[in-house]
Amino acid sequence: MPVITSDKLQSNYDVVIVGSGAGGGQTAYTLTMEGVKVLMIEAGRTFDPATEVAMFQLPSQAPLRGEKTPDKQYGFHDCSINSGWEIPGEPYTNANPEPEHQFKWWRQRMMGGRTNHWGRISLRNGPYDFKPRTRFGAGFDWPISYDDVAPYYDKVEMLVGVFGTNEGLENSPDSSPGVLQPAPKLRVGELYAQKHGKKVGAHIVSIHRAVLTKPQDAETLPAKLHPGNAKAQGILAEHMRLRAPCFWATDCHRGCSIRANYDSQTVHLRPALATGNLDILPNAMAREVTIDKQGKATGITFIDKTTGREGHAKGRVVVLAASSQESVRLLLNSKSNLFPHGLANSSGKVGKYITDSVSSSVGAHIPAFENMPIHNEDGAGGPHAYVPWTLYDQNRKGELGFPGGYHLEFTSGRQMPSLSVVNGIDSRAGSAAVLYGRKLKHEARRFYGCSLGFGAQGTMLPNDGSFCELDPEVKDQWGIPVLRFHWKWTDFELNQVKHQQQRIRELLEALGGKVAKKPEADVLKSMKQGGTVIHEVGGAIMGADSATSVTNQWSQTWDVKNLFLADGAPFASTADKNPTLTIMALAWRMADHLIDELKRQKI
Amino acid sequence: MHSSDNLSRIDRRVAIQWMLSAAATVAVRNPQSWAAEAPITAKGYGPDPSMVKIYQPGDVWPLTFSEPQRRTAHALCDVIIPSDDASPSASAVGVPDFIDEWISSPYPAQAGDRRIILDGLKWIDEEALRRFQKTFADLTLEQQSAICDDLASTKPKDKKAASFFKRYRDLTAGGYFTTPEGMKAIGYVGNVPSATFDGPPVEALKHVGLM
Repeated sequence: MPVITSDKLQSNYDVVIVGSGAGGGQTAYTLTMEGVKVLMIEAGRTFDPATEVAMFQLPSQAPLRGEKTPDKQYGFHDCSINSGWEIPGEPYTNANPEPEHQFKWWRQRMMGGRTNHWGRISLRNGPYDFKPRTRFGAGFDWPISYDDVAPYYDKVEMLVGVFGTNEGLENSPDSSPGVLQPAPKLRVGELYAQKHGKKVGAHIVSIHRAVLTKPQDAETLPAKLHPGNAKAQGILAEHMRLRAPCFWATDCHRGCSIRANYDSQTVHLRPALATGNLDILPNAMAREVTIDKQGKATGITFIDKTTGREGHAKGRVVVLAASSQESVRLLLNSKSNLFPHGLANSSGKVGKYITDSVSSSVGAHIPAFENMPIHNEDGAGGPHAYVPWTLYDQNRKGELGFPGGYHLEFTSGRQMPSLSVVNGIDSRAGSAAVLYGRKLKHEARRFYGCSLGFGAQGTMLPNDGSFCELDPEVKDQWGIPVLRFHWKWTDFELNQVKHQQQRIRELLEALGGKVAKKPEADVLKSMKQGGTVIHEVGGAIMGADSATSVTNQWSQTWDVKNLFLADGAPFASTADKNPTLTIMALAWRMADHLIDELKRQKI
Repeated sequence: MHSSDNLSRIDRRVAIQWMLSAAATVAVRNPQSWAAEAPITAKGYGPDPSMVKIYQPGDVWPLTFSEPQRRTAHALCDVIIPSDDASPSASAVGVPDFIDEWISSPYPAQAGDRRIILDGLKWIDEEALRRFQKTFADLTLEQQSAICDDLASTKPKDKKAASFFKRYRDLTAGGYFTTPEGMKAIGYVGNVPSATFDGPPVEALKHVGLM
């Protein structure tokens, strides 16, 4: 079974999955390895990481030195096509004209979805992150605990290949022994911050990222991941051997043709296709989940973008993994007499409680790095270290003015120069005049690689003011109603950003850093707009009962037993940790449950 | 058919020669009278361009500098990034073409720079004529630097021209250091596959007091 066109659809799929990213990919992988017949629908075109990603191309080899444009909104060589905040013909709206009350929505219309384009940062949620209400009296407790998910974190990390170290940190869990790949050595800036950051209590450790630093252990991992399943073990072993470890060059955001880092196609879809149990239908924009008279899901209506015609894919089970808000949109657009307010929405909670990471950043010039001996520190195409959140005592005492916390991610190093590489050089050189000529060349060399910054990513607790609904007027180019967003920051987030800004400044000053920008009096000006971290989750949250949540602990909707969610939509609350690893762990756990239910003929 | 083809080719060659000499004459008296005032109508590369292809300025949308603008742009690039013993000048690595690509871009973010740069190049030629009776490209380096020093100074007489110079400097330097030669000049030595990552060298650790 392969990548197909809509005239080749079969009529007997066990499961239809919408979306080919982290959640859809993991679900397809787990199901097909166990013999379940799966159809995956993807709105974007096929994309071949082996031949289409630009790993070594220089900015001077791209139009406009590779700077971002409305066509390539993260830059020319970023591994995104047909993607962006604004996509022609596919609008969304915001109810409020004020930026702080708006949500910006990144869509990635290509095979593999957003897994093509991310930093590969793979941090586990900790025990506290599943129980914010118990700890803070705010947000929602998940109906599961860390212990329920921990085995799946281990499995995903072994499958995907995640480097890092076990540090025994509070609420930043260790992986089981033997699970993690070796962490790469830290760069100068990371080591320097590790040493001097201690003065202000910053505990800097190796970060966890989905990049292979050595070949995967194809001899033992497959048996651990698929006990008793010789076929699955064989396929996985073969695909692990096709992956090369990192060759210590090129930015992971460009994609990886040697398969060193994780994307959904490399790790999930290729082995899933090899089972013979997966069909993938690209260029198909899902419109609606169809149901029968009993209210069971029967499949997906989609628009074949190559012909403009509508089609229908039938399955015994439907899994939505279209990205959290796209899955929400599908539910809201699936109206019927049985479900007049949208599918699986008897609680009225579909679209509610959207969160993104709370984020702000500060950068500085570090004089100690000037005239650094020239060396190559490309490394693993992204950060090697980070600052985990450690202020749990202050959390407990309620001293911070916000629940949860944030971690800090590095932006540093002698990265490939971009068009803005000399920006700010005059003031850095203490020159009131604009530098040019030989002096400019000299100073550029002196200051290159001296910038160091931190970006904070923190907990946002769900609130009643951050949600989406169908826009009553606006439709996309296929006539499908679009989402209208509402966004609200509470004092929790604003207080957190104030804290982030102050803490990052302290840390940079501890490194002798010179921060060019003065602190913003208006905290909204220093924080990233809702949605722009591209960590949006929620909108169909899981919970302990059907009145207050959309799904049970298995991401199975309360109202429709054969309808599941495998993206970020069921997140009951968000942690400071980046969501992708947790999306994969929950998808695997959900898929195991789904297989169980299929075997027991319960769905 | 054959002869008329020849005839038209000659006509074209003659016409081009005439245009070039006219341009040169006009340029001295009235620099950049052919300023490309026409709005950009070209299209961008769209949301699904080949990312692996190697692009040159002009590949996706046409360049729009007139010949006099190009001469001035070229000269100003090399005042900003001259060659030295270790590395080439900005023009030697194609930066004027990049600036032409930038100001000819169909995207909205570059529209402001188009106005700033075309006005600025015109200004700098007029300034050169006023002070030294030659267009900027024909001045000596000392004369060019005299004009640039005024623009680079903390209290420029003409603020609009000074902000042009700053913007042109940023684009020239950014355009330069993103080429292979510019990367070498600034000290970027990555983008090379390696079997291992050994961390920072001893001299780098010593440099920041970590050893």
